[in-house]
Amino acid sequence: MTNKPIYAVTGLFEKPDEIINAAEKVAYEGYLNYDIHTPYPVHGMDKAMRLPPSTMGYFALVLGLSGAVLALFFMWITTAYEYPLVIGGKPFFSLPALIPITFEVTVLLATCGTVISMLFIFFKMPNNSHPLHDTKFMKQVSSDKFGVCIEAKDKFFDKEKVKSFLLSLGATEVEEIYFDVDDLKNKNKILTPKFSGFLVFVIVLTSAASYATLNIVMYMPPFDWMMTQSRLNAQGTTDFYENHSAMREPVEGSIARGFMPYAFIGQPDSAGKYLENPLEMTEANLAVGKKKFNTYCSPCHDYYGRGESRLKGRFPNPPSLHTDKTRNWPDGRLYHIIT
Amino acid sequence: MNSGQIDYTKKEMPEKVVKLGYGLLAIGFVLVVAAFAFDYTRASFNSLISFMFVFSLGVGSLFLVALEHIAGAYWSVPFRRISELLTALIFVAPVLAIPVLFDLHGLFHWSHVEAVEADTILAGKSSYLNESFFYIRFVVIFVIFILFRIAMVGGSFKQDTTGSVKINKINARLSAAFMPFFAFMLSIMAIDWLMSLEPHWFSTIFGVYYFAGTFLVALSLLTLYVLYLNKEGMLIDGISSDHLYNFGALLFAFVNFWAYIAFSQYMLIWYANMPEETYWFIIRSEHGWEFISLALIVIHFVVPYVMILSQPSKSSKKRLKVVSYWILGAHYYNLYWLVMPTFSKDGPVLGWYELVFPIFTAGLIITTFNFVSKKRNLVAIGDPKLKRGIDFRL
Repeated sequence: MTNKPIYAVTGLFEKPDEIINAAEKVAYEGYLNYDIHTPYPVHGMDKAMRLPPSTMGYFALVLGLSGAVLALFFMWITTAYEYPLVIGGKPFFSLPALIPITFEVTVLLATCGTVISMLFIFFKMPNNSHPLHDTKFMKQVSSDKFGVCIEAKDKFFDKEKVKSFLLSLGATEVEEIYFDVDDLKNKNKILTPKFSGFLVFVIVLTSAASYATLNIVMYMPPFDWMMTQSRLNAQGTTDFYENHSAMREPVEGSIARGFMPYAFIGQPDSAGKYLENPLEMTEANLAVGKKKFNTYCSPCHDYYGRGESRLKGRFPNPPSLHTDKTRNWPDGRLYHIIT
Repeated sequence: MNSGQIDYTKKEMPEKVVKLGYGLLAIGFVLVVAAFAFDYTRASFNSLISFMFVFSLGVGSLFLVALEHIAGAYWSVPFRRISELLTALIFVAPVLAIPVLFDLHGLFHWSHVEAVEADTILAGKSSYLNESFFYIRFVVIFVIFILFRIAMVGGSFKQDTTGSVKINKINARLSAAFMPFFAFMLSIMAIDWLMSLEPHWFSTIFGVYYFAGTFLVALSLLTLYVLYLNKEGMLIDGISSDHLYNFGALLFAFVNFWAYIAFSQYMLIWYANMPEETYWFIIRSEHGWEFISLALIVIHFVVPYVMILSQPSKSSKKRLKVVSYWILGAHYYNLYWLVMPTFSKDGPVLGWYELVFPIFTAGLIITTFNFVSKKRNLVAIGDPKLKRGIDFRL
């Protein structure tokens, strides 16, 4: 034992009140390189140990902000710059739709990043050996005892003094911890057969699960892809509806958007009452009217409206347009008949 | 740490605060009466804002009390009595609602029977939105709140002399019964008095939206009173920054909660883009209301969020004081944003009408607290949990 350098002196305590008291005293004595080990968080420990506020918060802040910026930038690139698609009639870069995702990514990056930076920066992660590992002290403080560990690199460290100091605080067990030099040099292998086997198992399991999901489950109703789900084509037939048409007919009385149906179909009387001739009496309109009459009306009505058809009896001759009845019809009725 | 006996002596409220309360109340009262005399409808709208504000404080405080009982919390026991005294605002709130009741036709479109009959949508809602049922709901809700208030707070007052543990158990049960009532009745109040101002509009999250503000103001006012009374030495010894940190953390959490709810309400309506839902937000995004709406995000979320983001600021007395005042103002502003667009769709209004009601409200709150705290201890000295509450450490 003696040829090994000393790492620390530890003391065990029975109750949380005692450990708080011990932490206060140790801090008061001016020790800086010491730590407290408890099986669960003890309230008031930060203050007793005189710890400065943790700098962890700044990591969270920076990571959170970069998460927000990254998410927004990614969504801007994809939805507004590289693949501008109209979705739901919204602008390409519409902030309200992006906020939930920005929020999620902010939280995700902040939490995961903070934990990872805690492990790697504060706990010096790849280093998997520590003198306290596999000691009786560590076993006890991780089940039901509370421990103080004063490290040898502290400038006030003196083995015997620390020992008696801890005993005077009421420690039940005081122990010396030594570096195991061989153990420190010994880098633990990560790829042990057990761990490699576990990795292979996880890889096979996840691959199999993904393969099964994508190639089997996604072709099984009701989980199947939208493109393979059963559907009806437009103009097709089905037995589901009474009229065997795959399409639904509009509700009775529906009209197309931007279109107003003609109100006087088959009602010349009300047309005469409510309709007005929108055309003005101008030379140009009269000329157009004459041309239309000669083209469309004159074959039956003849050029002067006397009802002398040029069709030579293939249809019955229409009445003359010069009767009193026709001449007294209102403009609206005539407009209705002509158009 | 084991001093056993609780060391508390009752002190009178400082003369300054009593005078301030009476002064604000008197000035406010004269100005409010003048406001009603000049323009009854406009004054009613403002009275509605103040009513919902005071109501928030009263029932929010009762909610805080119930929350402590139901969760068996320790840290808040030294401050519970302040919340309990503030629940007296439930008795005071109807004072601000009564003038509004005389002008229902000016405020609520659904109270016009002919207009409702001509309108298919409103006719469908008329079995709920009609005057007699409105009055019944109002009375029933206040009676239930007052009964719970008397039962829960009265027991706690009695405990000061008896110190019996039984009262804690009774109160925990009462709180459990109170919670569902609270959720239901607060939503009804929010729907009746705020959402029905635009009777065609509906938002299923509206009750929660109002609750988020309610919790925030009740907590802010409690924080302010704790800071002030502690400074004057009127509370018990042993209030540490760990207690204050809890106030800061809760305020911070609920600032976020409000933003979360407010945004959820906005985003769903914005995304679905249905005319019967969007028009409420469209009113608030034109004719100058857009500035009020955008400022709401900054006032109610961004500023308080930044103010208490860092860990030390959550237990800093100065910062907590500023942020609590700020949140009280922000909630009033939020209610203004909810109510006033109905009064003036053509643009925001801000005149002396809008300014006199906060004065009266402040006077009302301070005076009510002075009045109820006169004969009562400011700490629940009979509560067996008090000692542990004082020793609370993070």
